[in-house]
Amino acid sequence: MVSLADLDREKEVMTWCPGCGNFTILSALKKALVSLKVEPHNAVVVAGIGCSGHLPNWINIYGFGGLHGRTLPVASAIKLSNHKLTVIAQGGDGDGYSIGIGHFIHTARRNIDITYITHNNQIYGLTTGQTSPTSPRGTVTKFTPFGSLEDPLNPIALAITSGATFVARGFAGDLEQLTKLFQQAISHNGFALVDVLQPCVTFNRTNTFQWFRERVYKLDDGYDPTDKVAAYRKALEWGDRIPTGVFYRVKRRTYSEGLPQISKTPLVKQRIGNVDIVKLVKQFM
Amino acid sequence: MITNKLSWKIGGEAGFGIMTTGYIFSKACVRAGLNTFDFTEFPSLIRGGHNTYQVRVEDREVHSPVKSVDILVALNRQTIELHEQELTPGGAIIYDSSLELERKIRPDVKVFAVPFLDLAKKAGGERLMVNNVALGVSFALVDFDLKTLLKVIEETFKDKGKKVTELNKAAAKEGYDYMRQLKPEFGHRLRKAKTMNRMLISGNEAVALGALKAGCKFIAAYPMTPASGIFQFLAGYEREYGIIAKQTEDEIAAMNMVIGAGFAGVRSMTCTSGGGFSLMVEAVGLAGITETPAVIVEVQRPGPSTGMPTQTGQEDLRFILSSSQGEFPRVVIAPGDVDECFHETINAFNLAERYQIPVFILSDKHLGESRTTTKVFDTRKVRIDRGAVLSDAQLRRMKQFNRYEDTKTGVSPRSIPGQRHGIYTATSNEHGESGIITEESEDRVRMVDKRMRKMKFIEREMPKPHVYGSPHPEITLVCWGSTKGAAMEALTWLLRDHVKVNLLHLVYLNPFPSDQVKAALDDGQKILLIEGNATGQLGGLIRENTGIEIGHRLLKYDGRPIYPEEIYDKVKEVLRHG
Ligand SMILES: Cc1ncc(C[n+]2csc(CCOP(=O)(O)OP(=O)(O)O)c2C)c(N)n1
Ligand code: SF4
Ligand SMILES: [Mg+2]
Repeated sequence: MVSLADLDREKEVMTWCPGCGNFTILSALKKALVSLKVEPHNAVVVAGIGCSGHLPNWINIYGFGGLHGRTLPVASAIKLSNHKLTVIAQGGDGDGYSIGIGHFIHTARRNIDITYITHNNQIYGLTTGQTSPTSPRGTVTKFTPFGSLEDPLNPIALAITSGATFVARGFAGDLEQLTKLFQQAISHNGFALVDVLQPCVTFNRTNTFQWFRERVYKLDDGYDPTDKVAAYRKALEWGDRIPTGVFYRVKRRTYSEGLPQISKTPLVKQRIGNVDIVKLVKQFM
Repeated sequence: MITNKLSWKIGGEAGFGIMTTGYIFSKACVRAGLNTFDFTEFPSLIRGGHNTYQVRVEDREVHSPVKSVDILVALNRQTIELHEQELTPGGAIIYDSSLELERKIRPDVKVFAVPFLDLAKKAGGERLMVNNVALGVSFALVDFDLKTLLKVIEETFKDKGKKVTELNKAAAKEGYDYMRQLKPEFGHRLRKAKTMNRMLISGNEAVALGALKAGCKFIAAYPMTPASGIFQFLAGYEREYGIIAKQTEDEIAAMNMVIGAGFAGVRSMTCTSGGGFSLMVEAVGLAGITETPAVIVEVQRPGPSTGMPTQTGQEDLRFILSSSQGEFPRVVIAPGDVDECFHETINAFNLAERYQIPVFILSDKHLGESRTTTKVFDTRKVRIDRGAVLSDAQLRRMKQFNRYEDTKTGVSPRSIPGQRHGIYTATSNEHGESGIITEESEDRVRMVDKRMRKMKFIEREMPKPHVYGSPHPEITLVCWGSTKGAAMEALTWLLRDHVKVNLLHLVYLNPFPSDQVKAALDDGQKILLIEGNATGQLGGLIRENTGIEIGHRLLKYDGRPIYPEEIYDKVKEVLRHG
């Protein structure tokens, strides 16, 4: 039996600011893995660079802290190399929606069976507060002292458009819901996005826990996440009311399922000791 | 009469099968027991797209193309305009008689205006069969074996059905008979030689074959000339050989995927050219600090930027050597011929895993896309060495597994995700032995030292640079990578002229073999540096590592390969004038 304690790395000092939304994300991830009985050695978390990117240091599963914006290619390749592993990529809004946006679209399109968690704090935390692609127009930071002139992008709508087969939004103020969303995302067979509203208590004084609590609501049982048009409609809702939960879910063949060469044995388990190339050599003679 | 020594070139509009036709000519020669070196050019700036395929044929091994052409087959006017000057006196030009020429052809060459299309139609074929007529005409001109030609044509077109195959053969025969009845007098002929165990293969194909043999299971790449051939080859065998060939959204993704696969325990590689490699640079350092094995094949073309996409050059050596911020160990290997492409690719995979580092294969368009005749690769000595990977039992017995344990060689035994007792976190941040991030100066120094220590051990086992030719030379040629071919040819010619000359050819460029280079150049002889770039990059490395300043340089950066004639002439000039 896997327990929460198995996932702890309590020796390591945590460097997130007290009260940061990231703590909830870490707890929810651990709980989800335990409830799904994923053994720690069969799980890999791939992190980007940002405050959020420190997460792999504090959870006892395989971890890979990569480059800023490059979690998804690394995670994709790990999954293709051994599709028996549970692979989770996670990073900030800058990481995933700015510098890494290309990979986001293409990984969704490929439907690679991984879970992608974005710690969306609408700001660059680690670099001490610049606008991110999800910051509202007019956001004043050191880099945009006269207010940003760009409209934010919509991760939920973009994910649906890009072909993600599971699209959800969580809130770091609701551990219970977030855990459930992670469970569903990890269980989903295909590319799953969970965009998490994650208040940065240090650099984002607008989108605070309080600000979100006044606005978030849960998509209820009456909502049909298999209805793409409804999903788009909900995705466009932002402001006084902000929906959370599973926006969209669809079954589609995953990338690995299209590869007969790994249908029996994961790539990493295939023997490479004595590859016979005689037939190929003949072709050149 | 010159027997079995011929340079044949065919040129025509792109899209009319010039590449296939050239390949058939070359392959037929190889089947008849001769050796060839094929050289293709497709200058991308000429309207209509003009392609050429040149085949140099001899009965001894050939290592490079020559500048001169003995037979020029022109399917369009541009071929004559662009290449007439390359013809040797007494050479032949065979052109399509329907072409309207604006001026007279050189008086010192033989001219054959052949009604290609009429002959193709007579054989029951169409415009597309014209190339085979040209093959038949060429074979007849050098009085060569028609049967072998027909056999290779048959093999080449067999997938297109019996009818097409027969038409193509008939066209070749028609051309052959046409030329025979002209009873041409020509100074070159080809004769069958004893067939040997030979293959006709390009550097890109040899790298791909080496990767397969080495157990590469994952290749990720973004299309880029002239590296794409490697990916294409492996993609074709994805299912049969159980590999994944992933075309990515860009080169950044490709390099990061290679690292992901390497981390997951799979032998993985990427291939690209300089522009694509520029995008990979950040991730090269990621492989460096996470100590993840990775093989990167960079097939150079002239830069900067888009440069000349379909031409060749050796301009990226310095770039590869110092690419990515910070300091970390890496190996740079520049094979000089197809045989080295095959074997060094296998070595690259072994080194990458044994030392947990990025390893580069530095090739170029000339080596990558030119086909050469070579002995069938000898795979008897091939060994797969995956380096220090801990077994489940070893991991279980350990009190604590430290992924980045400070060891004597700098190599820390690793685990593979999925192993129960091998859990760790790899990170692009500096870290301690366990893998957890640290910025303590002591940890930092220990990790840098540990990583860099590997270089010393790599250096010890690295193959030594090759020296060919006279033991006591009055002049030494120095080059690296693909320039080997032309230099070997020039060396043969010069030795035949009783010049005391030798050749120092470098395949392993990092770690730099300072001692051996110094020993080879310290004899008071004249030294000639030969490189495909404008600044003499290897020359700079030699000065930096040995203090030796090379006095004479043959640097070429016009996008074309270095020819043996150019080296030969330069050596004569250096010896004459000091
Ligand atoms: C290529 C590159 N450019 C810039 C940086 C500097 N950098 C580190 S984190 C970061 C942005 C962090 O914002 P986000 O991704 O939203 O993560 P957060 O800290 O908010 O969790 C930047 C720009 C970097 N590490 N790498
Ligand atoms: S800066 Fe913001 S995101 Fe980063 S740890 Fe502090 S509160 Fe969290
Ligand atoms: Mg952020």
